[in-house]
Amino acid sequence: MSGGEPILDVRNLRVSFSTEEGDVQAVDGVSFQLRPGEVLAVVGESGSGKSVTAMTLMGLTRSPNARFEGTAQFRDTELVNATDDELRQIRGAQIAMIFQDPMTSLNPVQRVGDQIMEQITAHGEIPEAQARTQAVEMLDRVGIPRAAERARSYPHEFSGGMRQRAMIAMAVSCEPDVLIADEPTTALDVTIQAQILQQIAQLREDAGVGVILVTHDLGVVADVADRIAVMYAGQIVERGTVDEIFYDPQHPYTWGLLGSITRVDRDRPGRLPAIGGVPPSLANPPEGCRFRPRCPHAFEPCTQVPDLEQRGASGSGHVDRCFLSAQDKPRLREVDGQVGLTTGSPSA
Amino acid sequence: MSESNGGGPLLQIEHLKQYFPVASGLLVHRTVGHVHAVDDVSFDLDEGQTLGLVGESGCGKTTLSRSLLRLIEPTEGSIAFQGQDVTHMSMRKLRPLRSEMQMVFQDPFASLNPRKRVVQIVGAPLTLHGVSKGEIADRVRELLDRVGLQAEHMNRFPHEFSGGQRQRIGIARALALEPKLIVLDEPVSALDVSVQAQIINLLDDIQDDLGLTYLFVAHDLSVVRHVSDRIAVMYLGKLMEVSPAEELYTKPIHPYTEALLGAVPVPDPRENRARKRVAVTGEPPNPIDPPSGCVFHTRCPHATDVCREVEPPLARYANGHLAACHHPQQVSSDEIRAVERSDQSPLSAGEELPQAS
Repeated sequence: MSGGEPILDVRNLRVSFSTEEGDVQAVDGVSFQLRPGEVLAVVGESGSGKSVTAMTLMGLTRSPNARFEGTAQFRDTELVNATDDELRQIRGAQIAMIFQDPMTSLNPVQRVGDQIMEQITAHGEIPEAQARTQAVEMLDRVGIPRAAERARSYPHEFSGGMRQRAMIAMAVSCEPDVLIADEPTTALDVTIQAQILQQIAQLREDAGVGVILVTHDLGVVADVADRIAVMYAGQIVERGTVDEIFYDPQHPYTWGLLGSITRVDRDRPGRLPAIGGVPPSLANPPEGCRFRPRCPHAFEPCTQVPDLEQRGASGSGHVDRCFLSAQDKPRLREVDGQVGLTTGSPSA
Repeated sequence: MSESNGGGPLLQIEHLKQYFPVASGLLVHRTVGHVHAVDDVSFDLDEGQTLGLVGESGCGKTTLSRSLLRLIEPTEGSIAFQGQDVTHMSMRKLRPLRSEMQMVFQDPFASLNPRKRVVQIVGAPLTLHGVSKGEIADRVRELLDRVGLQAEHMNRFPHEFSGGQRQRIGIARALALEPKLIVLDEPVSALDVSVQAQIINLLDDIQDDLGLTYLFVAHDLSVVRHVSDRIAVMYLGKLMEVSPAEELYTKPIHPYTEALLGAVPVPDPRENRARKRVAVTGEPPNPIDPPSGCVFHTRCPHATDVCREVEPPLARYANGHLAACHHPQQVSSDEIRAVERSDQSPLSAGEELPQAS
């Protein structure tokens, strides 16, 4: 499935916004690669910088108060410094995006079919009739019943799941190489979520699309991702394959995340090992390791920022930012027989 | 606090219906139909217990939670709180009872007045019930401490808090009048996972310390598993299954519950790959014109003619496990032969109980 040369190569991406409270470093040195046919999940809580990373690749965070550093090489184009014209050629045609809220990301006063046609005609000299046929085909392919008829509907006549399908139809109508999905199922019910995830998996299998899946839901990640990047306070704190992250997590934040999820397939434990405290303000991040103030295992070296490098025994692609020794980690991350963060008392 | 009613359930809902009229016409509004938001639901909730109420969006779970507090007036049916029928009670008589039933809302950003300070928000119920100003400050300090906030937070505004902290404020407000019942409407679904765990732990602690009764409304089957004693699954305004919490996950009787469980991805890649999953196709039907017979038959893989024609009654299996299905899953022929019709079945349901094959 996934293999070959990376299609997208992000290096040391930094995004900051100047605000009234000072400069907010939303993305702080993020690097990753994406190969064709691969699903890379970017996981983190709100404010971790995962959405800003995704949107920056599409040029959607450009604004007078934003500053960018680093590179994102997509084929022959470098996306961070590309001109608006260059980006316009790529956006939609080669890199497409699905947003979280299908309610607000479709135009409410335009028919769904017309919105997909607009996407198709914007990137190619195609006669209208043919574009219309294509639009209907796309709707049919993403599982909208009676597609020809429904193409004439307005977004408000669609349910949430159908709107998200329409968004996917629009995103893939130009056969992109990369699909960025920002919390694509968060607003949907579980039965519909399962259907949409299946659609995305299908895309990567059939068309070899590389997918960046931004999400906070570790269940979804376990279901569809190949590799995972865990973000915290603007940085990737751990990156590896799905199995590495779930079965041999190296960073205490990852332990905390894995420990605090409620599971449908597990008995009720006495208490959930929650992560204490709250995420730091990005306008004034803590010195050293960003997770230090919430980490019960913090020790002296943590006042320095740890590099993202291989520290554990597993594969060479498994990197993390934690100074704890690889020998100690398996012991430290075990709470009540499963991975978690001890509920020691970090200063909240 | 008033007397308890000799061991009966704290809350007893019988055949509750909540219909909303659908109007049409520009000048003269004609009612052209009704949204059957809650369609003949009955259940009991014992003191100190937690009932998880689960279903997809639009199934009526939020409407149900609001109408049983009479935040909206129910169309039909009855609500008894501590043995007292409150369905048609006047607002004046209802007010003292209201202090015993409180609510925590889903969205901690929309449910706190942005122009009020925390002390005013948390103290509002106390003011309404005639507590003096000096006492309020002390009581609010106590409440904030109870939910893991500090006294210095008293004079801040909601925007100064994170989502999790706001939800703690909402919980403090609900606790202010020392209620017996708290209706929690998706209390953690707007929060990040690590914060969800904190709030779930907090709710657990409070319940243990104060002996509270919870109705925990959620769309997420994994969250309710961690908090509930019993779980009710709703679909299109009706109860599909009511079960002891653990049993729902090991032995889902209704195909809809099975489908819901199958659709939740497990945060464990190997188990996820190994799991057989029943996928349901399609989307929930329109609640203005619900399907005949069993409301789930349009999406059910086991549906037959009887499902299209006869609404299944809630059948009572062992352990007080109820399910409204003509083709129950995960149960033996012996168990099926032993079922009885529950008197919590909808009035419109047929007499047909599931048949052993």
